[in-house]
Amino acid sequence: MAWTREQMAERAAKELRDGFYVNLGIGIPTLVSNYIPTGMTVQLQSENGMLGFGPFPYEGDEDPDLINAGKQTVTELPTTSYFSSADSFSMIRGGHIDLSILGAMQVAENGDLANWMIPGKMVKGMGGAMDLVAGVKKVVVVMEHSAKNEAKLLKRCNLPLTGAGVVDMVITDLGVFNIDKKGSGGMTLVELAPGTSLEEIKSKTEAGYKVAV
Amino acid sequence: MKKVYPDAKAALAGLLKDGMLVMAGGFGLCGIPETLILAIRDSGVKNLTVVSNNAGVDGIGLGLLLDTKQIKKMISSYVGENKTFAQQYLAGELEIEFNPQGTLAERIRAGGAGIPAFYTKTGAGTDIAKGKEEREFNGERYVMEKGIVADLAIVHAWKGDTEGNLVYRKTARNFNPMMATAGKVTVAEVENLVQPGELNPDHIITPGVYVKRMIHVPNAPKHIEQRTVRKRVMA
Repeated sequence: MAWTREQMAERAAKELRDGFYVNLGIGIPTLVSNYIPTGMTVQLQSENGMLGFGPFPYEGDEDPDLINAGKQTVTELPTTSYFSSADSFSMIRGGHIDLSILGAMQVAENGDLANWMIPGKMVKGMGGAMDLVAGVKKVVVVMEHSAKNEAKLLKRCNLPLTGAGVVDMVITDLGVFNIDKKGSGGMTLVELAPGTSLEEIKSKTEAGYKVAV
Repeated sequence: MKKVYPDAKAALAGLLKDGMLVMAGGFGLCGIPETLILAIRDSGVKNLTVVSNNAGVDGIGLGLLLDTKQIKKMISSYVGENKTFAQQYLAGELEIEFNPQGTLAERIRAGGAGIPAFYTKTGAGTDIAKGKEEREFNGERYVMEKGIVADLAIVHAWKGDTEGNLVYRKTARNFNPMMATAGKVTVAEVENLVQPGELNPDHIITPGVYVKRMIHVPNAPKHIEQRTVRKRVMA
């Protein structure tokens, strides 16, 4: 059985460490906040200018001045701080955020990431994704292993890049890969989802990788 | 010198010109200077280049200026929430320059701080770097990005005193403080207008030097784009 979206988020949560400052992207990455281990303190950063945000408000308590980067209403915590967008990206670009978990369209074996545009389609923009992958200490991608039988783990991305050599880890519904983005170690398959075979991964992966499961 | 004007029309009088560069604060619909945007629409000024993280939604915020085709070009990081935008863009009526959000924020900050350009890792090795100077520092590639100065910056604040000192509320701060510094002229709308001495000087985010004109918007409309809530659990 391949991992569900929730199980992928749960697996990604294993990359959290006590005291981490973390930025979560939209989609499956947002679910990671449901799996923060009890007793562990993690502060979530929202790039519009908030550090330490809480769960969605109770009905009737929504505040239009209090939203996350997905424009969703959220709540304040005793640890919360607010700052400008310039300060927010100083935090991100300056390497003060420990972990960024985000989605992707394609990842290449050298750590290249594409997740912001498909040529010929209406482009919405990259938002803060390019800054996050360039500046955050560890970048984890959570995505479906393949889309409509097209591989998403490639030798080289063929979509325009969000970042070159930026991804440290990819979690798919089929397994987990580490990427040595700075060195020459390439990509390594380090975990298999339960019931997934090496053959299945091989048939759905264009990228070259070593196996260490 | 009096900075407080009776209304948005009066505050913008003499400042609007066709083809000008306008910065508008806000993130999504949060902290947008909606009353000033409305007055810009009513003025009929055209061919604007607008620097703003987003382009509003249909019929709200900068969406109003798209409906009337007053915007020629947007400089933004994300414009996904606006159908009019997509239609005008696909018809070739509207130009868009995408900037990574942090690069956009820093370009505005730099513009206001008198810094003509800076180097950033963001976008190195991507299409964003094409045509831009690149340099290596400590073994890493950086892209040169330029500061932006606007002819007019419009911002929204929670509180302001008559001297132009501004305080923002929660995540409605976002791009407003940098934009306040980067306008040749900055006009602020404030939800609460107070007298000098009523703001704690330690809490002021935008010092009055940056704000030339201001208006009081006690009943500023506020919008929620994604209303997300949890159910109260009855004990």
